[in-house]
Amino acid sequence: MERFEYASPKSRKEAVGLLGSEWGHTEVIAGGTDLVGAMKDYAVTPKRVVSLKHISDLRGVRVRSGELHIGSMTTLREVMDDHAVKQNYPAVYEAIEEIHGEQIRNMATAGGSLLQRPRCWYYRLGYGLLAERDGKSMVSEGDNRYHAILGNSGPAKFVSPSTLAPVLIALNAEVALDGPGGVRRIALEKLYTTPTEPGQREHTLRPNEILTEVIVPHAAGVRSAMYELRQKEELDWPLSTAAVALELSGGTVRHARIVLGHVAPVPWVSPEASQAIEGKTISEETADAAGQAAVRNATPLSMNGYKVQLTRVAVKRAILKARGA
Amino acid sequence: MKDKKKKVHNQETGGVSRRDFLRGTGVAVSGAILAGEGTALASPQEASAGIRGPGEVPVTLRVNGETKRLNLEPRVTLLDALRDRLDITGSKRVCDRGTCGACTMLIDDKPVYGCTVLAIEAEGHDVTTIEHFSKGGQLHPVMSAFVDHDAQQCGFCTPGFVMACIAFLKAHPNPTQEDIKKDLGGNLCRCGTYAGIREAVMQAAKTMSTGGSSNA
Amino acid sequence: MPECKYDWPAADDRHLIGTRISRIDGPAKSSGRAKYTLDINLPGMLFGKMVTCPYAHAKVTSVDTSAAEKMPGVRAVQVIQGPGKEIQWAGDEVVEVVADTEEQAEDAVRAVKVQYEQLPFLVNEAVLSKAQSANRAAKPSATTQGDPEKVFNDPDMVVSEGEYGIPVIVHCCLEPHGHVVQWTGPQNMRSYSSSQGVSVYPAQFAEALNIPASNVQTICQYIGGGFGSKFSIDRWGVTTAQLAKQTGKPVKYLLQRSHEVEVAGCRPSGFARIKVAAKKDGTLTAWESDCWGTGGPAPSRGLELPYVLRDIPNYVSRFTSVGANIGPARAWRAPNHPQQALLTMSALDDLAAKLNMDPVEFFSKNADLAPQNLGKVYREELQKAAELAEWSKYWHPRGDKTPGHIKRGLGVSIHTWGGRGHASNCQLTIEPDGSVTAELASQDLGTGTRTVIAIVAADTLGLPVEGVTVRIGDSHYPYDGPSGGSTTVGGVSSSTRRAAVDARDQLFAAVAPALSVPADQLAAAGGRIQAKGDSSKSLTWKQACQKLGMKRIQTHGKNPGPCPDLISSGVGGAQIADVSVDTETGMVKINRMTAAQDCGLIIDMKTAESQVYGALIMGIGYALFEEKIMDNVTGRMLNPNMEFYKLAGIGDIGELKVHMMTGPGYDERGVIGLGEPPVISPGAAISNAVANALGARVPSLPLSPDKVLAAIQKGGMA
Repeated sequence: MERFEYASPKSRKEAVGLLGSEWGHTEVIAGGTDLVGAMKDYAVTPKRVVSLKHISDLRGVRVRSGELHIGSMTTLREVMDDHAVKQNYPAVYEAIEEIHGEQIRNMATAGGSLLQRPRCWYYRLGYGLLAERDGKSMVSEGDNRYHAILGNSGPAKFVSPSTLAPVLIALNAEVALDGPGGVRRIALEKLYTTPTEPGQREHTLRPNEILTEVIVPHAAGVRSAMYELRQKEELDWPLSTAAVALELSGGTVRHARIVLGHVAPVPWVSPEASQAIEGKTISEETADAAGQAAVRNATPLSMNGYKVQLTRVAVKRAILKARGA
Repeated sequence: MKDKKKKVHNQETGGVSRRDFLRGTGVAVSGAILAGEGTALASPQEASAGIRGPGEVPVTLRVNGETKRLNLEPRVTLLDALRDRLDITGSKRVCDRGTCGACTMLIDDKPVYGCTVLAIEAEGHDVTTIEHFSKGGQLHPVMSAFVDHDAQQCGFCTPGFVMACIAFLKAHPNPTQEDIKKDLGGNLCRCGTYAGIREAVMQAAKTMSTGGSSNA
Repeated sequence: MPECKYDWPAADDRHLIGTRISRIDGPAKSSGRAKYTLDINLPGMLFGKMVTCPYAHAKVTSVDTSAAEKMPGVRAVQVIQGPGKEIQWAGDEVVEVVADTEEQAEDAVRAVKVQYEQLPFLVNEAVLSKAQSANRAAKPSATTQGDPEKVFNDPDMVVSEGEYGIPVIVHCCLEPHGHVVQWTGPQNMRSYSSSQGVSVYPAQFAEALNIPASNVQTICQYIGGGFGSKFSIDRWGVTTAQLAKQTGKPVKYLLQRSHEVEVAGCRPSGFARIKVAAKKDGTLTAWESDCWGTGGPAPSRGLELPYVLRDIPNYVSRFTSVGANIGPARAWRAPNHPQQALLTMSALDDLAAKLNMDPVEFFSKNADLAPQNLGKVYREELQKAAELAEWSKYWHPRGDKTPGHIKRGLGVSIHTWGGRGHASNCQLTIEPDGSVTAELASQDLGTGTRTVIAIVAADTLGLPVEGVTVRIGDSHYPYDGPSGGSTTVGGVSSSTRRAAVDARDQLFAAVAPALSVPADQLAAAGGRIQAKGDSSKSLTWKQACQKLGMKRIQTHGKNPGPCPDLISSGVGGAQIADVSVDTETGMVKINRMTAAQDCGLIIDMKTAESQVYGALIMGIGYALFEEKIMDNVTGRMLNPNMEFYKLAGIGDIGELKVHMMTGPGYDERGVIGLGEPPVISPGAAISNAVANALGARVPSLPLSPDKVLAAIQKGGMA
C-alpha cells in the first residue's frame, strides 16, 4: 500500500471539499473491505483517503413517506437486521445473506457495496481495469472463466462485483449523491456505466461526490427475490445472480423487472427477460423462457460459456422463488 | 548510513514507537522524517478536517481494555499495528485481504477482519483480540470445546475461528448446523478441522447456556 | 537371539495408547498463546520484503537498487538474481530489502528497478501436443509386462478407454514460509523457522553461510501448516540470514500471501489416456496408459500407473515429463499418490461401469493385485466403508434415474502408503522429584506429535499424560528426522518407547531393594511402581523416584533401534463419496464422505481420526475447487490469493464418517504413519461419485460447474 494522508471530515460538505476533481488523487473509505485490499494490490493509489465514518447522518435505515432510506454508511449487518427490510424487501435481505462472512457484513457498508471495484484478476494484478496490451484484450486472449457474457463487446470484460446492486435496481432504487454543486438523486441503474477508455471508472459517481443514501420505493405488492449461483457455500464470488421484482395480478405477472449480476461490466437490466414473463402465469416453463430470453444475446468469451447456462437458471429460479414455492 | 541513522534517532517524536515497545536498543523509527511531508495535499482550511499523515501520527487504540498510544502511518492496518507494534500476535495474518478470517477480532463486540481495517479507523472503538478471552490462563468455553473436539491441527486458523465462534454464539445461543453454514462461513482452515469445529460450537453453546464459566 | 524387551504393551495393558486423548498443545493453540514463526518479534528486529519477477521466463538485464537504498528506514538491499540470471517462473526472487518497518520495506521494494528480457514460456500442459511443439516434453519413459495388446484384441475381454486429468495445485499453508534470523555471535546464528525439519535446517544454513552446523540453532515450536512444502530453508532463508548478519539486527522474512501461493509449492499435475481390460467376471487383465504431467521447470519423477492394483498381468505404462514455467514442485501430502489414484481409479470405475459391475465388488475382487498382501485389508475396508456409507441403499448403476435436476451418486476409491519411521532420538529424563521430560528435535505439524510422545512415555511409565513434559521444536535436542512421508509417528513412538522402557527398568532396579521385589517382577501402572500381582508392595511414582537419591535417570532411545521393530509400513484405505449434482448448474455438493483407514497400532485415537477428517476435507478441496490457474497471456498465476485459489469451507464438506481399523490383524503390525494415506482417495472417490450420478465422466479435476456442464452436454443423462 502506498502512503496516504487520512482525512476524517465531520460533515458531508467537508467531505466533498476534501475530494479531488480527478480520479486517482483521492478515494473515499467507507467500510474499507474493498478499498484497503485494492490499495494493498496497488490497484488504486490515492494520496488522500477521506473517511465518511465521522459523518453521523450517513448511518441508519429509516422509512420516510413510504420510501426506505438506507444511509450509505449503514453496515450490511444493520441493513439486514432492519425490520422494514426484512418485512418488505426480502430480496435485499437474501442478497446480504449470500455475502460472507459475518465479518464482512459487520464492516462493509451499503454505499461501499454498491461502489466496490471489480475483482477481475487482470485488474487486481495491475494490468488496468480494461486489461489491454498491444491493443488487445488480455481477458479475451487469456483466462476469462469468471468474466462477462453480456455487455462485453467493448474493451470492458470484467463483471460488476456487487451482489446488492442488482436487487436494488430491480426494486427501482435511487441513490443520493452529494457534490460541490449540491445533491443529485439518480436511479441506481444510472450509477453504473461501462468504461470504454483507460482511466474511466465503471460508475458515474464524480471524483468529488459522495454517495450518501440509497432510496428504495415503496414495495407493497411487489414480490422480490434473488437467486445466486456460486461454487462454494461461503466466501466465494457469485458466478451469476438474478434479482427479480414482480407485480402480480391474479396469478399473472403484470410487471417485471429482472436484473442480472456478475455477468456484465454493470448490473445488467434485462428487459428481454421481463418481457418474456410479463402477461404470463409463473410456471417452470414461463420462468425458464424468461431465463432463455435473458441470455439470448449473450456473447460468451472463450472460457465462460457455462455462465450463459447458469444465468438462464438463476433467472428461472429467482422468478420461481419470488412466486413462492 | 550510520550518520543518517543517528539523525533520525534525534528527530524521533514522542509516543510509543514499536521500537520502544520491543524493548529495542534505541534505534529509531524513521517515519518521523516523513511526518514533515504530512500536509502535502492539505491547505490550512483543510487542516481542520482532521487530515493526518501520510507520515506517522499519534494513534490511540483501546485494545483488550487497555489504552495504547502509538505512532503510525495512516496506511497501517489494525492487524499490523497489533502484531508488529504491540506484539499482540494471537490474530494471524494469512490472506491479508479479508477472505480467510485468521485475523478475526472484535470491534465494539462485532467480529471483523483486522487485516482490512486501518488502525487509525479503530480509534475510539473497543478492540478485542483472542488474548482477552484467556486472561489469567482460564480458557473460554469455546477454547475448551476446541480442545475437547480436536477442532485444530496446525492451529494457525484457530484463534480466528475461536473469535468468530465466540461472536457467533452471542448471536446464536442455540445454533443449528444451518446457522453454522450461514454465519460461520467467514473463516477458512487448510488442515481440515471443520468437523471438530462444528462439534465444538455445539458443545460450547451448551456449556455457555448452562452458565459454564465464561469471561466473555 | 537375545530376549527383546522392546515391544508394545498387550491390549489389556495399554492404559493410554489407543484411547482418545486431547492434544496437549491444544490450549496453547486455541487461546492464541502459541507462538509461530510469524509471531516472533525480537528487539530491534527488521523486516524483509522481496522483489519478485513478474515474468514466467526471462533474463535479468539490469538491477538498480540505488533509489531503494536511500529510502527511509532501509537498512540493506541484496540482489539475489542479478544481470544475466535466467528466471524460470513468475514470482521468483530477485532482490531482498530489509527496513525498520514492513511498510518501509515494501516501499523500497517498489523503488527497485529491474529490467528483463522476456523469453518464451509454457505454463499450461493439459494439451500434450502443445508442450511437445514447444519442445518442453521429455522423451517418454515406459514400463511393460506381458502383452497388453494381445489382451485388448481378445474378443472375450471388456475394454474401456478414457482420458483423465488432475491439475497442478498448491499447498497454501496458512502460515507462509520464512524465518526470523538472529546472529548471536560472529559465527553463530539462530533461526526461528516455519519448518518441517528443525534437525536438518542448521546444516542447510551452515552450508550456505559457511559456518559450522553446530553453530546454528533452529527453533520451530509451532508451524502453521507444511504439507510437504517446508523441508528447505530456501533461497529466502539464505538471504535473510545474510542480511541479518550484514545489518547486525534480527531480520524477519516470511512470504507475502501472493508470493507464498505463487512459488512455495506446486503439486505436479497428471493427465492420462488410459485403456484397461477385464474378463466378463471383472478380473483385470490388461492396462495401457499414456501419462504426462508437470511439476515445474525441472523434469518430474513421473507417475506410476496403474496405482494400487499394480500386478495386472499385462500392462504398458508410459510417462512424459513436461517442463513448465509455473514454479517449482514440492512434495504435497502423499506425493504423486492422489494423482495416481485419480487416474487409475477413474479408469477402473469406468471399466466397472462397462462391466455392469458394482465397483465395490469390482475392487474387492481385484484387491489381491495390490502388493504387500494388502488384499485382505482392502476387502475388509471396502466392506466397512460400504456399510457406513449405506452403499447398498444408495448406490445405483451409472446415471441416477430419479426425475428432477438433482442427481445423486456414490463412488469409491482405494489407496496405499508406506510409512515406517524416520531416524529419531529421544532423550528421556526422570528426575528424583518425579518429573519426566522427553526431548527430541522433532516438530508437530498439527498431527499431534507432542501428544503421541507424551502418550507413549506416560503409558510406559504408568503415568498420566500430564506426568510427562515433551520438549520438541528445537535443533538443540537430539536429532529427529524431518516430518515427511508419514514417518514421524513411527520414528518418535519407537525412540520414545525404547527410551521409556530403559528408564522404567532403571527405576525398577533402583526401587527393587526397597520393595524387596526383583526388578523384573515390578510393574509401572496407575502412577505407582508395584510388584506384579501384589499391590501391597508398592510405591507412588514420587516415592519411587525419591529412591534415586541425587541421581537422575537419563536414557536415550533410538529409531531404528534394537529388535524387534516397533513400527512397520504399508497401509491400505478405502473411501466412499456420496454427492449430489445439480444438472442445471453443474454444481457438485458433498452429501457424505466415508473413510475406512488402517494404520497399525494407533497411539491416540482422537488425533488419528482428526488426520482422516482433515484429509477428507483437503480432498474435497482439490476435488471440487483447487487449481493453480496459469495465464497463457502473462505467464502468471491468476489466483495467487485466497479469493480465487479456493479452499473448501465449513459449509462445503457434508457429513464425514471415519472408521479406524483396529484390533487383531491391525494392532500387531506396530505403529504406521497416517498423515498422507487418507488424502489420496477423495479426488477419485468424488469423481467416481459424480460419474455415478450423471452417467458421464467429468474428465478432470476440479469438478467445477463449467466442466460438469460440458460433461453433461457430451453424454450425461441430464
